[in-house]
Amino acid sequence: MGEVIFGSGGVVPAAELPDVELYHAKTWITKYVFSQDAKVIAVQYSITAMAIGVVALVLSWLMRLQLGFPGTFSFISAEGYYQFITMHGMIMVIYLLTALFLGGFGNYLIPLMVGARDMVFPYANMLSYWLYLLAVLVLVASIFAPGGPTGAGWTLYPPQAILGGTPGAEAGIILMLLSLILFIIGFTMGGLNYVVTVLQGRTRGMTLMRMPLTVWGIFTATVMALLAFPALFVAAVMMLFDRTLGTSFFMPSLVSMGEHLKYGGGSPILWQHLFWFFGHPEVYIVALPAFGIVSDLISVHARKAIFGYRMMVWAIVIIGALSFVVWAHHMYVSGMNLNFGFFFAVTTLIIAVPTAIKVYNWVLTLWHADIHLTVPMLFALGFVVTFVNGGLTGLFLGNVVVDLPLSATMFVVAHFHMVMGVAPILVVFGGIYHWYPKVTGRMMDDRLGKLHFWVTFLGAYAIFFPMHYLGLIGVPRRYYELGETAFIPKSAETLNVFITLAALIVGAAQMVFLFNLVRSLFNGRLAGGNPWNATSLEWQTPETPPAHGNWGKELPVVYRWAYDYSVPGAERDFIPQNQPPAGVAAQATITAVSAAH
Amino acid sequence: MVVALVLVLVAVGSVVFHLLSPWWFTPIASNWGYIDATINITFWITGFVFSAVVLFMAYCVFRFRHVDGRRAAHQPESTRLESWLGIATAVGVAAMLAPGLFVWSQFVTVPAGTAELEVVGQQWQWSFRLPGKQGRLGTSDPQYVSADNPLGLNPNDPKGRDNIVIVGDDLHLPIGKPVKLLLRSLDVVHDFWVPEFRAKMDLLPGLVTYFWFTPTKVGTYEILCAGFCGIGHPQMRGSVVVEEENAYQAWLGKQQTFEQLTKKQLAKK
Repeated sequence: MGEVIFGSGGVVPAAELPDVELYHAKTWITKYVFSQDAKVIAVQYSITAMAIGVVALVLSWLMRLQLGFPGTFSFISAEGYYQFITMHGMIMVIYLLTALFLGGFGNYLIPLMVGARDMVFPYANMLSYWLYLLAVLVLVASIFAPGGPTGAGWTLYPPQAILGGTPGAEAGIILMLLSLILFIIGFTMGGLNYVVTVLQGRTRGMTLMRMPLTVWGIFTATVMALLAFPALFVAAVMMLFDRTLGTSFFMPSLVSMGEHLKYGGGSPILWQHLFWFFGHPEVYIVALPAFGIVSDLISVHARKAIFGYRMMVWAIVIIGALSFVVWAHHMYVSGMNLNFGFFFAVTTLIIAVPTAIKVYNWVLTLWHADIHLTVPMLFALGFVVTFVNGGLTGLFLGNVVVDLPLSATMFVVAHFHMVMGVAPILVVFGGIYHWYPKVTGRMMDDRLGKLHFWVTFLGAYAIFFPMHYLGLIGVPRRYYELGETAFIPKSAETLNVFITLAALIVGAAQMVFLFNLVRSLFNGRLAGGNPWNATSLEWQTPETPPAHGNWGKELPVVYRWAYDYSVPGAERDFIPQNQPPAGVAAQATITAVSAAH
Repeated sequence: MVVALVLVLVAVGSVVFHLLSPWWFTPIASNWGYIDATINITFWITGFVFSAVVLFMAYCVFRFRHVDGRRAAHQPESTRLESWLGIATAVGVAAMLAPGLFVWSQFVTVPAGTAELEVVGQQWQWSFRLPGKQGRLGTSDPQYVSADNPLGLNPNDPKGRDNIVIVGDDLHLPIGKPVKLLLRSLDVVHDFWVPEFRAKMDLLPGLVTYFWFTPTKVGTYEILCAGFCGIGHPQMRGSVVVEEENAYQAWLGKQQTFEQLTKKQLAKK
C-alpha cells in the first residue's frame, strides 16, 4: 500500500508560483554580514545562540557549585545565585533553544527541504536576526547594569519581580523585559517567513504530505510561536509599565518591607495566566522541531521509512493545538479557582496519547531496520530515552493531585530539564552532526563526536534522573541553601555533590563539541553532496555547500515523499525525492521568470 | 552491541535505583494518603512503559544493527498497530487520571463544619490569625498594616476584635480535626507548604486562597515557602505543632486577641 500513498506514483501537481528573482548581494558586507540569504542568517542565528548558550552553561556550573557545596564559594552570594538561575533559564528556553531550532535549523532547512530558493521575505528575515542579536545584547547588558540582572526566576512573577526584595529590581528587570520585547518582534519577522515559505514557496511536486517531518515540526512550532508570543509580549509591556510608570496591571495594594506602596487594583495571577499561555506552548515550540528532526535522523540512519508518517504529521498538529489549552497545569497551586484543576488535568493527560504514538513510531522505525550507529543516530537514541523519561514524569505533574506535593520541588526541575532541556539539546547536537557536512562541505570528527555523545547522554541522565528523588523527599527548588531542615536527610547532600560533579563533567564535554565544530571546518573529511545517502531535497543540491539561490538554473521537481528508503526492487537503499519513477520522463520545472545564479 | 548494552543498563539501572533509593516521601501526617497512593500507581505504570520502550530499543539496536548486506524492511505504516497502541495508551492514562481526579474532587470539597484559620505571608515570615470566641474572622486590608497592626486587620470591624493574632510564633492545630487554611499575602506571592501534609497552596496579595486537610499525627512540622519570594525565600520558615485537644486548648488560652494587642501597644505609648 505504501507505493501508491507515499511514494513514486509520479504525480506532480502544477506549481503555484513562478520562480522568483532574488536579491543578489554585491559586497562582502551584504553577503556575509547584513545578509538576506537564509543559509547565512541560519549560521548567524546558530553562532549567536551557541555563544549565549555558553554563558548559560557557565551559569549552570555556578549554581550547581552552590547546591553541591553550599557556602564554600564566597563569590556566589544569594543575590548572585538567583540571578544565575534566572538568566540560565531564560537563555536556555528562549535565546538558545527557540532561536536555534527556528532561527537556525528553520532558516537553513526550510527553503532547502521544500525546494525554494530562499525564504519568501528575505529582507524581513535579515531584520529578524539583527533584532535577535540586539535582544541578546540587551540581555547581556543587564548583567552589567547597576544591581545586576533580574533574579526573579525565569517566570518573572510579579509583584516580587519589580520589588526591592528581589535582586535586579532596579535596572535588571527593565532590561530583561525590553530584551523579550525585542526578541518577540524579531521572531515575528522570521516566523512569518517560515510559515509563508512552507505554505507558498514549495517547489513543484512538493505536496504538504511529501514534506520531511523536520519541516512539519518547525512549521507547526512556528505557527504556535506566532500565536503564543503575543501573550508574553503584552504581559512584558504591562509589567514594564508597572515598573516604570507606576501602573497597576499586576499590582494589588500591598505593603513591601513595612512601606505602603502606591499600587492597587491589579492582579498578580493575571501575569501567570498570560505568562503560561505563552509558556506552555513554548515547551512544544522547542519540542516539535526536535520531534521532526529526530524523526528524520532515525529514518535516514536506520535506512527505513519513518513508521506511520501520516500519523506522525497529525500527531504534531494535534499536539500543537492541544498545547494551547493546558497552560494552567503550571498553576495548580497558584490560587486560581480549584475547579480549573479538573479541566487542565484532563487536557494535559490527553496530550500524552499523540505524544506516546510518536514515541512508538520512532522505536517501531527501528524494527527490522538497518541501523547505522552514526553519531546523529546515537543522539537520536539518546533523545528517545531522555524524552520518554521526561515525558512520563509529566504524567505525575499533569495529574493535578499528584502535583500538590511535587510542584516547586526538585522533581519539577528534573522533569523539565529532562524533557525540554536534555532531550531537545540531544536533537540539536544530532542535527548539527547530521547537517554540518551540508553547511560546510566537511564531516565532523567521528571519534570526538562519540566521546561527546556518551559523556553528554550518560552524564545528563546521571544529573537529572536522581534529582527527581530529591523532589520526592521534598527538597524545594529555588533555595539558595537548604540550611537545617529536619525532614531532609544528610544523604541528600551527598546526592547533591554527585549531581554537581556530573554537571561539571557534562559541561566540560561541550568544549569537545565546540572544538570539533571549529576544527572540522578546516580538517574535516570532505563530505561530498550526500554523505548519508539521504532522500530529502537538501542533499540533492547541485553544489555543497549550496550556493545563493540553492538550485542553480532549474528548481528541483519532486516525485515522491521523503522516506523512500530500502524500497523493494530499487537498486540502492534510497531514492531521492527528485528522482522520477522508472518509466516516467523527468518533468520540466515551470519556466523560470529569471534564473538565479 | 555496546550501545544495546548501555540502553539495557539505563533501563534496568533506573528501576533498581528506584527500588533501592533511600530517598522517598517524608512520613505522611495528614489525611492525603490518597495522593501517595496515586503517585505509586503512576510510578508503576510509567516505570513499565519506560522499561518497555528502552528495552525494545536495545533489542532493535542489537538485532538490526548494520552488517554488510543487510537491507531494512519496507513497512511505511500499520494503521492497525498504531490504533491498538493508541488505545492501550489511552487506557493507561485513564488509569492514572481517574484516581487523580477522584482525589482532587475531595481536595476541592471542604467538609461542612471545618474550622477556618488564616495564614498571612510577608517577606519573609509566617503569621497566623484564629477566630476568637465569636468564631468569625474580621475583615482586613493591607492599608491598615502598621507597627501595631502587623496583619492589617480592620480596626472598625467588631468581628475582628477577638481574633487571635500570632506573629513570629508557631501555629498549633488539634489532631484529627479538619482545618481550612485561608491564605493571604501582604506583599508578594508565597506558598504555604508542610511536606508532611502533602498539599500546598500559593498566597497572593489582593486575593484570599485556601486549602484544607486533617492533621493525623502528633508532632512539630516545618513550614517552607514554596513560592519564590525574593532573596530571603529559603529562610522563610515556620512551625506547625499538631497536638491533642487539651494541649491545644491550653495553648489557645495563652494567646492574645487583636484587641489585647492593640491596647497593650496603646498603653506603651
